[in-house]
Amino acid sequence: MTGIFDAYQTRPNTFDEMFTESGETRAAYAGVRRQVEHLAPSDVRTRADYLSHTYLDQGVTFDIGGEERPFPVDIVPRLIDNQAWSVVDAGVAQRVRALEAFLADIYGEGQVFNDGVIPRSVVTSSPHFLRAAKGINPPAGVRVHVSGIDLIRDAKGDFRVLEDNVRIPSGVSYVMTNRRAMSAALPEAFAHHRIRPVTQYPGKLLAALRACAPSGAGAGDPTVVVLSPGSYNAAYFEHALLARLMGVRLVEGRDLVAQAGRVSVRTTNGLVPVHVIYRRVDDDFLDPVHFKRDSVLGVPGLLNAARRGNVTIANAVGNGVADDKLVYTYVPDLIRYYLAQEPILPNVDTWRMEDPEHREQVLDRLGELVVKPVDGAGGKGIVIGPRATQQELDALRARLLDDPRGWIAQPVVQLSTVPTLIGDQLAPRHVDLRPFAINDGDKVWVLPGGLTRVALPEGELIVNSSQGGGSKDTWVLAPEPGDPVRTAEQAHDASVLHPAHRTARAAALREGGTTDEPASESTMVSTQSQSQSQSQSGSQTQSQSQSSGAPSDGGIR
Amino acid sequence: MLSRIAESLFWIGRYVERAEATARILDVHLQVLVEDPVLDRDAACRSLLAAMAVEWEGPADVADVLRVLLSDAQSPSAIAYALSMARDNARRSREIVSTELWEALNTTHLLVANGQLGRMRPSDAFRLVRERTNMIAALANSTQSHDDGWQFIKLGGMIERVDMTARMILMTTYGTGSAASWQVTLRACGASHAFTRAYRGSESPRAAAEFLLQDRLFPRSVSFALAEVATCLDRLDPKARRIGFSGDAKRIVGQALARLEYRSISELLGDVRGEMEQLQRVGVQATEAVSKRYFEGAIPPEWLRGGS
Repeated sequence: MTGIFDAYQTRPNTFDEMFTESGETRAAYAGVRRQVEHLAPSDVRTRADYLSHTYLDQGVTFDIGGEERPFPVDIVPRLIDNQAWSVVDAGVAQRVRALEAFLADIYGEGQVFNDGVIPRSVVTSSPHFLRAAKGINPPAGVRVHVSGIDLIRDAKGDFRVLEDNVRIPSGVSYVMTNRRAMSAALPEAFAHHRIRPVTQYPGKLLAALRACAPSGAGAGDPTVVVLSPGSYNAAYFEHALLARLMGVRLVEGRDLVAQAGRVSVRTTNGLVPVHVIYRRVDDDFLDPVHFKRDSVLGVPGLLNAARRGNVTIANAVGNGVADDKLVYTYVPDLIRYYLAQEPILPNVDTWRMEDPEHREQVLDRLGELVVKPVDGAGGKGIVIGPRATQQELDALRARLLDDPRGWIAQPVVQLSTVPTLIGDQLAPRHVDLRPFAINDGDKVWVLPGGLTRVALPEGELIVNSSQGGGSKDTWVLAPEPGDPVRTAEQAHDASVLHPAHRTARAAALREGGTTDEPASESTMVSTQSQSQSQSQSGSQTQSQSQSSGAPSDGGIR
Repeated sequence: MLSRIAESLFWIGRYVERAEATARILDVHLQVLVEDPVLDRDAACRSLLAAMAVEWEGPADVADVLRVLLSDAQSPSAIAYALSMARDNARRSREIVSTELWEALNTTHLLVANGQLGRMRPSDAFRLVRERTNMIAALANSTQSHDDGWQFIKLGGMIERVDMTARMILMTTYGTGSAASWQVTLRACGASHAFTRAYRGSESPRAAAEFLLQDRLFPRSVSFALAEVATCLDRLDPKARRIGFSGDAKRIVGQALARLEYRSISELLGDVRGEMEQLQRVGVQATEAVSKRYFEGAIPPEWLRGGS
């Protein structure tokens, strides 16, 4: 009998998550391979069709231009073993802590500027740096309640951070619905794996939101709502699902009233106070008093209520500055500065176009690199050098010179591939991973799984639902007997340095000396990644040598 | 309960009931056209359109009727439109509507979207709509908590039922008003069997009218539906007053119920058309009063015409 995987061809210079270069099945996937191979090819197709049908019936959709479409989910799951996951888990939590500290700092004292870690101009010139958010002290000190850190696996199979999403990251609803749908479509494979569950997410989210309520709110029983732009928003399904699973109200701007520094919701029995708003509305539309005046999606006066400490806005207003792709290039330094640790997850090497030296190098080899706008989302505006025409490159060159602050460049990184059902055949398709983290002010918890997005067109490296992407159920395997035991606390317990300590450390580092505390407190998992992580600012030579060796048919989102 | 959600739930109730009643009316109407060889088809189609408040000029045939009242999702009187609006309202209240109710509304909408009802045999289409709407109503009953939200769904459904039953009786008056045409109305209301059992074979128009207007046990009679509306309003606002009513809607519905119950059937039959138009106004006024009392603040979307 010929198996459905027999004709599968991995792509050159690409890490395939299921098969090694010599064609062996990686251990984690052995069970899945066996179970899928037991099925006739037509049966595989039937089950894949079941997946798309059930999503249509349940209304598991996202909107493109006002049209609801089911979010495609592939029949072959993506597996991540416990070892690899513990790196992701620790790395994401570390990053979130550093970004929290960074946001608190720049909307407060701005010590990071004085210590010369990141230029003040980088932050103040970001369109998402909101002066209106200065001086708002979020309850429990949390600004990044929910984050989605986008990761890719490079040609060696190492996870790297592609971008941070600490504004209103979306996609977690598909993590939960994918799991439910897959357990019905491929029950055999489920039964043969110990998969870490994803169902705790809504409970964790609600607990975190309640923990971050203003003190004394609702006599210890704070009211939480989910704020959505409405049913025509692309992610409306997700907003409704989260509200439903948390058992809280899903509101739109017009349902809320801000009066005298307090926020209430209109009900059939009059106004009821609201204490925590998990908002899924962009900053710009949140409060017409401060931002877009003609917005009808938000609530006039909301920001004043937050400033008075009467309502928690999650995620906090002004977080977008941490998503800025130019700020991204400084995150490894921010981790060292705030946490006194080496980054567990390295960035993708990046050139800053506003740096004259970087700019010159990039302009010389524009055709080999990927150039991205710093505030773009969803793959918009990205130019993949090797695929661009001379004309496009010339136009790009002019735009770069015109607005260097607006662009970064990266080597073409090959995203890893996972077998994906295309027609009746399995073929390698590029994937990324968005793990979701929740911060309750005490602990950063990372959902074991996350959203694996698949670029469905062959060779496509832009992995985004608005660009015709699909998804995979992501199985994080529970530890096997014999796996090294590592408690979460070891890696999570990165406390933020005291400001005075930061300054001293930064000064010492500038002098070229070392400080007396150990570079990293996390054990085992971070040792391996430490050797691969590198300083962004100091990695120029290395980036070059790496990127010149990069294959030309790649790209990144 | 959020005002906006309450409004959505109310309209889910109305649209689902409207789809079912429209399917019943169309079904019986088409049977009559087939069975009665001397009927003026053009006039019959036009009177049906008139009863359903569709403005129509020129001749009308069965195909027109089916398009406007059944399959054309752009036609506000069509079943396809009602079902897609019900689904739309459910989508806006996703965190309140139970998963099962939502899936039933969603899959029903998918079945009838894109003019698919028009490609089915009409009798199959009517059966599908009747079965799906009854399933939806049953799921609302058995999977939603019977809290305020459920009361709003029911309130909408019952107000719509008053309106549609009044339309069906109105349609009888467009014909000869004979015993045969009352039989048609009884069938359209799904009342034929219950009526026969209650009146043991009497087929007088008077008995039929009495049954459809005043019977307290038959769930599609006007007085039954009005009494249910009154109960819903009581549950939503239980504050008892020594004098009068606390809400406009209760007063409007109470008056209509009293008018129906305390008048003789001869009086009612004296001006059936006027009485039925009066009942439809009750539906509109009660809806306005409910909106004012409970939905204030919600932006009125395009279904304001819903009451007329």
